Amino acid sequence: MKIIVFIKQVPDTATKIVLAPDGKSLDETNVNFVINPYDEFALEEALQIKDRDPLTQVTVISLGVERAQNALRSALAMGADGAVLLKDEALLGSDAGATARVLVAALKDVSFDLLLFGKQGVGLDQGQVDIRVAEALGLPHAGVVVKLEIDGGRAVAEREIEGAHEIMNFALPAVVTAQKGLNEPRYASLKGIMAAKKKPIEIRDCAALGLRADQVGESGSLTRIKKLSLPPARKEGHKIEGDPASQAKELIRLLREEAKAL
Amino acid sequence: MKRILVFVEQRDGQIKKAALETLGEAQRLGEVHGLAVHTALVGAALDAAAEELSTHKIDRLWLAEAPALRLYSPDGYTTALQHIAQESGADLILFSATSMGRDLSARLAERLQAPLASDCVAIRIEGKRLEAERPVYSGKVLATLELMGDGPYLASLRPNVFAAAAADTVDPSRIARVDLQVNETDLLCRTAEVKSAAGTHLDVAEAEIVVSGGRAMKGPENFAILQELVEALGGALGASRAAVDAGWIDHQHQVGQTGKTISPNLYIACGISGAIQHLAGMSSSKIIVAINKDPDAPIFQVADYAIVGDLFKIVPLITQEVRRMKGA
Ligand SMILES: Cc1cc2nc3c(=O)[nH]c(=O)nc-3n(C[C@H](O)[C@H](O)[C@H](O)COP(=O)(O)OP(=O)(O)OC[C@H]3O[C@@H](n4cnc5c(N)ncnc54)[C@H](O)[C@@H]3O)c2cc1C
Ligand SMILES: Nc1ncnc2c1ncn2[C@@H]1O[C@H](COP(=O)(O)O)[C@@H](O)[C@H]1O
Repeated sequence: MKIIVFIKQVPDTATKIVLAPDGKSLDETNVNFVINPYDEFALEEALQIKDRDPLTQVTVISLGVERAQNALRSALAMGADGAVLLKDEALLGSDAGATARVLVAALKDVSFDLLLFGKQGVGLDQGQVDIRVAEALGLPHAGVVVKLEIDGGRAVAEREIEGAHEIMNFALPAVVTAQKGLNEPRYASLKGIMAAKKKPIEIRDCAALGLRADQVGESGSLTRIKKLSLPPARKEGHKIEGDPASQAKELIRLLREEAKAL
Repeated sequence: MKRILVFVEQRDGQIKKAALETLGEAQRLGEVHGLAVHTALVGAALDAAAEELSTHKIDRLWLAEAPALRLYSPDGYTTALQHIAQESGADLILFSATSMGRDLSARLAERLQAPLASDCVAIRIEGKRLEAERPVYSGKVLATLELMGDGPYLASLRPNVFAAAAADTVDPSRIARVDLQVNETDLLCRTAEVKSAAGTHLDVAEAEIVVSGGRAMKGPENFAILQELVEALGGALGASRAAVDAGWIDHQHQVGQTGKTISPNLYIACGISGAIQHLAGMSSSKIIVAINKDPDAPIFQVADYAIVGDLFKIVPLITQEVRRMKGA
């Protein structure tokens, strides 16, 4: 099998967020960047398929800036066979639609059986790029998947919905997007880390992807961040004192009379 | 802009509450800007749902029915909705940010080569453009997004944030059937089966009241204490990742970054410290109650009502109070 896993480098969720002076982006000075956690589930799933069938080839692709090499290097250390970084000044500011266009371009002339994504890139939490790629390629997709079984050319995926799971049936090639619960991502072994140092990361720019500058980046995007702001502060909380019985009584009174929540 | 189309999600013929909230917001925008409001129902055997929906103030109800669409198919539903989008000439298409809405909106956006804002907490029409507000970076930041181009514009709205539409009078003349031929063999991907999670408990993402437990619960058996409060209040049971990872409760219940993002009317956090990844999932709740032994727990920074104390003592007393209140 040939599997391609798409990984995005994102700020660690524990990072303290500081807005940049332009009011539209993050100040990246002290931000720690990691592989999007959902993409780790996607990668682990690919590696487990490879564990069962060693002929499987796993390639990771990321659209990003120079530092995204670190994410790709970590993926190689976990066990991916090859890595591609899609990097070009013109790609900066690509929204979900433009990002999908670039990823699709990177798949031209590439053969694959399965495309794995995370269910969303944490931070912006859009959950669009994965599904847009599936639609652009005319492929079936199963999103928010917690269980995947592949048998021959077909797959059965279990996807999480409100209070239930949907069991989806489809043929390969296909797009599957990973949810927490699909698996437990492995840690890179020392041997993996050493081996990753020797694996090359292929870098492709717009010209190599056959994309014109106006199809990507800000000029190729139909959405734009106008402003980032801090959400309105919640008003100071009310501390309820007393012994447990009076605390419970007072809470219910406040919820009824003041908050009108009951 | 002239026309708004609302995708009205139904499962087993039951219209989702979140869909009526999205409709409510569409009606509000429609009134302010003088726009027609159309709705779309997609599935099979939709007579009852169509009748229910036709009691709402809408200009048209588009009905796309086919046996093959009884259960969700991303590409099948996209094709049905693409038809309706064209027939209705909608320039703004709204979804609820549910599992189905988020999935379908992304696929339709790509098919229509349209911009999409996911999981919005506010939308505004500004001249010819749509502006959308959505929480980003674990809810620490609010992003204002501009949608551009010639339309249509797509947006999915976060459940429990917008006021639901109220029923009016039945008007069957609002219903228009879309001629649609979809066979099972045409579908790239289809749902073979929907497996309900154990029991028929309300999902955290859909409940108005959520009571959550964290690591302090110490074991699966103690969740019964919270379950009693949940039942007394008529809500859903939530959990922190620590409780889920310990195997005390199913992941379906997890609230937070890698769980569900919810905005209930009332969120009661019991023995949860309030890590940023947990706050990401619940900080847009309307009223937050926190019960924690540690007066310095970060959860208290977002709490409207704070109780410093032992949850094992306090929660059963709260349940008693609720029962007394409801009994009265
Ligand atoms: C990438 C990533 C994603 C994550 N996603 C999520 C997510 O989706 N959801 C999530 O919740 N977490 C998530 N986490 C984990 C998060 O960082 C915290 O570890 C987790 O939320 C802690 O859970 P907790 O509050 O239950 O436990 P703890 O932090 O251990 O807190 C337990 C609290 O209980 C209090 N307590 C103890 N005994 C009692 C008692 N008897 N009565 C009252 N209070 C008591 C303590 O004072 C303490 O504050 C994620 C982490 C990472 C790195
Ligand atoms: N810049 C990127 N490079 C590679 N993959 C990406 C990129 N952006 C998004 N993806 C993939 O698409 C998924 C959904 O992302 P998003 O639509 O941004 O929430 C992610 O989990 C990744 O698998």
